[in-house]
This record gives sequence, structure tokens and C-alpha cells, in this order.
Amino acid sequence: MTTETMSNHDAHADEHEHHDAGGIKIFGFWVYLMSDLVIFGSLFATYAVLMKGTAGGPTGADIFELPLILISTFLLLFSSFTYGMAVLAMNANRVTQLKAWLGITFLLGAGFIGLELYEFQHLIHLGYGPDRSAFLSSFFTLVGTHGLHVFFGLVWLLVMLVQLQTKGLNDMTRPRIMCLSLFWHFLDIVWICVFSFVYLMGVL
Amino acid sequence: MFGKLSIDAIPFHDPIIMVVAVAMAIGGIALIGAITYFRKWKWLWTEWFTSVDHKKLGIMYFIVALVMLIRGFADAIMMRTQLAMASAGAEGYLPPDHYDQIFTAHGVIMIFFVAMPMVIGLMNLVVPLQIGARDVAYPFLNNLSFWLFAAGAILVNISLVVGEFAKTGWLAYAPLSGIEYSPGVGVDYWIWALQISGIGTTLTGINFFVTILKMRTKGMTMFRMPIFTWTSLCANVLIIASFPILTATIALLTLDRYFGMHFFTNDFGGNMMMYVNLIWAWGHPEVYILILPAFGVFSEVIATFARKRLFGYGTMVWATVAITILSFIVWLHHFFTMGAGANVNAFFGIMTMIIAIPTGVKVFNWLFTMFRGRLEFTSPVLWTLGFIITFTLGGMTGVMLAIPGANFVLHNSLFVIAHFHNVIIGGVLFGMLAGLTYWFPKAFGFTLNEKWGKRSFWCWLIGFYLAFMPLYVLSFFGAVRRMQSYDTAEWQPWMLLAWVGAVIILFGIICTVIQFYVSIRDRKQNQDVSGDPWDARTLEWSTSSPAPFYNFAHLPNVSGIDTFWAQKQAGAKTVSEGPYQDIHMPRNTVAGPIISLFALILGFALVWHIWWLAAVGAIGTFVSFLARVFNDDIDYYVPASEVERIEREHKERLEMQA
Repeated sequence: MTTETMSNHDAHADEHEHHDAGGIKIFGFWVYLMSDLVIFGSLFATYAVLMKGTAGGPTGADIFELPLILISTFLLLFSSFTYGMAVLAMNANRVTQLKAWLGITFLLGAGFIGLELYEFQHLIHLGYGPDRSAFLSSFFTLVGTHGLHVFFGLVWLLVMLVQLQTKGLNDMTRPRIMCLSLFWHFLDIVWICVFSFVYLMGVL
Repeated sequence: MFGKLSIDAIPFHDPIIMVVAVAMAIGGIALIGAITYFRKWKWLWTEWFTSVDHKKLGIMYFIVALVMLIRGFADAIMMRTQLAMASAGAEGYLPPDHYDQIFTAHGVIMIFFVAMPMVIGLMNLVVPLQIGARDVAYPFLNNLSFWLFAAGAILVNISLVVGEFAKTGWLAYAPLSGIEYSPGVGVDYWIWALQISGIGTTLTGINFFVTILKMRTKGMTMFRMPIFTWTSLCANVLIIASFPILTATIALLTLDRYFGMHFFTNDFGGNMMMYVNLIWAWGHPEVYILILPAFGVFSEVIATFARKRLFGYGTMVWATVAITILSFIVWLHHFFTMGAGANVNAFFGIMTMIIAIPTGVKVFNWLFTMFRGRLEFTSPVLWTLGFIITFTLGGMTGVMLAIPGANFVLHNSLFVIAHFHNVIIGGVLFGMLAGLTYWFPKAFGFTLNEKWGKRSFWCWLIGFYLAFMPLYVLSFFGAVRRMQSYDTAEWQPWMLLAWVGAVIILFGIICTVIQFYVSIRDRKQNQDVSGDPWDARTLEWSTSSPAPFYNFAHLPNVSGIDTFWAQKQAGAKTVSEGPYQDIHMPRNTVAGPIISLFALILGFALVWHIWWLAAVGAIGTFVSFLARVFNDDIDYYVPASEVERIEREHKERLEMQA
């Protein structure tokens, strides 16, 4: 679907010697996401190996507050929906709507980050920081790496809002909004794994 | 203000390092002076540093690799000299503290800053030409990758003079590399040099993967791609899937060292074997990232100079794919002694041995390509023949190491050292030097001197056997790796023999340097006007030498394997004819060098805990990247008249030669 969307806007698509630049960008971004997935895979594996290494400190069941995590999960899931709406608006060339949906996505993502920061700050305050045990090291790193990605996603959203303001929708900005869309949904999927594998299984 | 950095960080007490530092300083000043004197700064900046031309980036990778080869070899011959001296209680001339840094630096430099840039340099130079493309998928990222790699290389060299390098061995096993046992900055240099250059490598992997899948010319189906492109594709798949593991592993070690976390520590629930597993889950695919493209080089060389189509093209491709997959399920053979149990060890032992099967398929394909061919004994062919024999031997010692029972005895002995030099020198290095000789005319427009090339080959071949066969013998006496001195006087003759081998390899390197000098001096006689000096088979030889920056005036049309060869056999005209069209090309970029400069500053600041400078580096990296993102003026059209002028000049040269 994405590739077709792109080639429609490619002025030179009929020239056989000119490659579909937007489509290549999006494909390459897919490949990047797969390599990023390997980073998360490594962190999940590390967490699985080290989760029993509590060194006399708390276990997951002792410290995870599911209601809070559920709220942040819904914030992130809902932000994926609003990003989807943003892409629909882009395909209909409604720039104002697009910007509005991106703005809402930003707020939801920022809410997610805020809750995560609160959770981390709370745990460190209790003396359960990442230097307490191998379990906490791997927990903070896995969840924090996801959070760092969301943070970069927020920065990217801001950049896109600025570029939509200054450049509008064109052959440069469209593929970028599509790539950010992939990135954002990708982080959602990773979060679902974090939620099930770390939090739900942690309190079982 | 300067974190852990003070004037004490410079090892004034060590005469060896100081002499090297002074020599580097004089060399550097002479180079900068020469560039300034000949007013070449602007030319360097506009034509090379900011270039997004894959051919120029390939050349720059190779230049850095050759310089680093000399650095890595200096480490090697220092170690051999030390071991030739430090026998029967003698201390030699290198104290353990320095010796440990040298073997670590040797391994890191040879793998990351010699072998990798040679492989990536060749891919840059050759792959877009072989698939009939005008550039890679992401030309800017390609430039950025190079400069990130260069930043890593610079960081390693800074560590020579400012501070120290890791004393942990090239993979920095935890917990030795943790803050408790390595409190100095050596491991931090290792961390940031590999982290910065590793990100560049991941970007390269994505770039060439997409390039090969999406940018092939008309008619170039997957099973019409030249073997070097196939092996590069598989190597890039390995980069994409394995380098993120390295990034993650190093990041975890960083968190242990900088924030007191407990991933790989002895206490607080840490697990040091997790580090070893992770680093080899990257490390084993890494050796195939190096060797697969070398296999590709040999395939091209042998088919060209035997004047035959490569025997068993399909099996060659599938063998490459099989090795790609298998390389991910053998990592545990690097530490059978972990104690994973008999069943786990048996699985990984068998998987390792299975790799010998597709590799054997390849060896037979090369042999059958030569069989009844008209083999020309040029220096690339000599490297190939030397490779087939040496690599087969190294492969067999590899199968021996894959037997878990035998491995318990051989683990950490010089046998391991002899084995992997056997395959890396005999495989990767021979392959890269063959590739360098083979594709040099495509990059520069003249061939390399054959006489000095052959001398270099014989020195390397004889030197290799003299230097490393004694290590197999010594391992049976019980000699271990990474030892700075030894008590047993009977070992010394073998150590001296190995030293002689290293000296002969030194002559090989000198021959290569002379080869460059002689070839550049005689470039008029060795000029390659035709663009096809070897009467070769693949597309890169259908364009002029050096190739125009747009590679092909018209993108070629491919109808089979070795279409260019078939066209030549049929007597078809292979020179491009008008009318020409405007060609869409990427503009040069200042963003690559600038982003990488800030990344270098960031890395250096983090090594020394200079937090304000780290902030400068991080913000600089981000802002310069942002500036690139907001720049719309990134491409342009080469007018058809310009294309016509360049093509006409090429045709005139061809007619003059005829």
C-alpha cells in the first residue's frame, strides 16, 4: 500500500531509469526497523536471563504497578490510532487535519513518557534503581530503551510539524511521515511485548 | 573541567610510544604541510571528503584500511619480537601492561579497521557497477557511514598517545572489562571506537541491502547477479542482523561501567557468560561478513582468468546462502568450555562441521572452473590459488576445533591463534589483495605492476606459513595465547621461526608499497583505455576506467549471467551511443564529515568523563543532522550535453588506441 501511495506522487515514475525514491526510502526504513528489532531482541534475551538475578532485592511482582502501566499502555495504543488518522489525512491531502492528528499523537506519546519517568523516579526513590540488581539493570534498560525510542519519535514528530509548516506536503515530507508512521507502530508492537513479557508475566 | 584527563594521561615514561608519537606527529605535520603547500585542501574537501560517489568512498575506505594495516602489523611484529626474546625467564622488552594493550589493539584494528573497511571498500567500489546502478540507494548515508567509521579509527589511534587502550583482548570479555578489573580508560576507548564505527557499519549494511534489492538494472534478476554481488548481499544481511547485537552488548557493558549496573558483574545477580554469548552471537556472523565477499572476489577472478563461465553458479549462490544461515547457529563453539553440557555442545559442534559442506562446494566450484580453462597466472590468480590451499588447511583445523572434546584441550591455546590467522590471512586478506589488484584499474584507470604484486604474494604466502605453522606445533606443547613470556626454553626455536615468518610478511607489505609507487610512476604505460583490461565478464568492465561519476551513460540491459561477456563474444558494440538524457545525481554533502566530527568529540569526551564536552558533541551531532534534514537541495541533473562530452572523450581515447 505504501509503495503505491508513493509512486503516485513520483513525477518521474514513467522514466525507466529513475528509481522510485520515496518507495526506496520506506523500504530501507523497514530494513532499519528490523535491525532495531534485533537490539530489542538482545535486550529481551538479556532480561529473560537476568530476571531471576534479584540479589536479594525486589522481584517484578514486588514493584510493578499494573494500573499505572495499563494507563500508559492505552495512551500508546491510542496514539497509534491517532497516527493512523494522520496518515489518512495526509493521503487525502488535508494538511491542517494532518497536523492536528500529529499534535494529538505527540501529546499522547508525551503522556506515556511522563508516566514512565514517574515510574522510574518512584522506583529509584524507593532504592530500587538500576544499580540495585541485575534484574533491575535489565528491566530499566529494556523499558528505558523503548522509552528512549518514543522520545526520539516525539522529537521527530516536532520536526515533522515544523517541516509541514515550512515546506508543506511534498516528495520530501510524505515519505518521512510514512517512515515515522512505521516507527511509531513498531514501538507500539515492541511495547505490547514489553507489557506482556515484562509486566504481566512479572506479576504472575 | 577535563574529567579524568590530565597531562599524566600521556605516557612520557614509555620510550616506544613516545618514538611512535613523535614519528606520527612529524608524519602528520609533513602531510598537512604538503597539502597546504600544494593548495589541495579545497580539492580534498570538495572532491573527496564530501563526495557521495560510491567509487571515491570505496577508495577512501581502502586508504584508511592500508594505513591501519601498517599500524596493526607493527603491533604484530612487536608481539612476535617479544615472544622470540622472552624465553626461559627472560622478560623481553615489553612489560605485561603494554603487551596486553598491543594484542588487544592488534585484534581490534585488524578486524574492525583493516578487514572491515577493505570488504566495505570493495563493495562500494564494485557492487553498484556490477548491478548497473548509478549510485547506492542512500548516497548521503554512505558518506556518513564512512566518516563514522573513520571517527572510530581516529579514536583508536588517539588512545595510543592519550591514555591507554584496553588490555582485555579484542572482545573485551566481562567481567575483566568491567569497571572493577579495568578501571582505566582503555576499555572506554574500545567501547566508543567500536560503537561509533559499528553504527556506520549497520548503516552500510542497510544501504547495500536496499541497493542490491532495489537498484538493479533492467533484466538483472537475482539469479543473474555476479557472485561478488551475491556474496555482498549475504554479508549485508549478516551485518543488518548481527551488528545490532554488538551495539546492544557494548551498550550494556557501557551501562555496567558508567552507571554501576550489573549485567555482567560477578555479584548482584550479573551473568558474565551472557556477555560472552551475546558478543559471539555477533562475532561469529562477523567472520562470515568478512569471508563471504572474499569468496566473491575469488569467484570473479577465477572465472575471468580461466576464460570460462564460473562452474556451478547456482550451487555457489545456495552455498553462500546456506553459510549465511548457518553462521547464526554456531556461536557457542567459541566457548565449549562454558559448561553448557554435552547435548548443547554436540549440537553446536555438529552445526559447525556442517559449514564445511557448503564451503567445500565452493572449493570444488573454483577447482572445476579452472579445470580445462586457460588459466592466466596473474597476481590475482596467485592470491586465489594461495587462498584455496591455505584456506582449506585452515578450514580443516577449524573442523578439529569444532569437536567439543578436542576443543577442551585446544581452548585458549596457540592452536586457536594459528587457526583463525590461517583462515583470515589465507581467506580475507588474500581475497582483499586479489580484489584490490583486480579492480584497481577500474578505480584509477591504470593497472598495478604485476612483478611487485607477485613478489608481495610470495612473501605473504611463505611468511604466513613460517609464522603460523610453528604456532600449531607450539600449541601441542601447551603454549597458550596472550602470554607475554614463557619458561620453557625448548619453545624458543619455534618462536624464532615464527618471528622470521613475520619479517617475511613485512617484506610482503613493503613489496605492496613499492608496487604502488612503481605503478603510479609508470601509470602512462599501464593505462587502461579500454575499461576492460582483463577481458572480463561482468558489467563493471563495460564502462570506462575510471568509471565516469554517473557510472553508465545508459543503464545497461541484461539478459543472462555474464551478459557483457556474451556481447563481446557476439561482437556487439559495447560503447554507449547517443542520444543522451539528463542524469539525476545526488549532490555532495558536508553533513557526513561534520556529524562524524561531533560524534568523535562525543566519544572522546565520554572516554574521559568530560561531561560538558560530551554535551557539545551530542548537541552538535543532533543539530548537524537536523541541518541535513532541513536541506532540500540534495540532488541535481547532469545535462545531456555534459554526458555526451564525457562519453565522446572516452570514445576518442578508444579510437586513438585502436
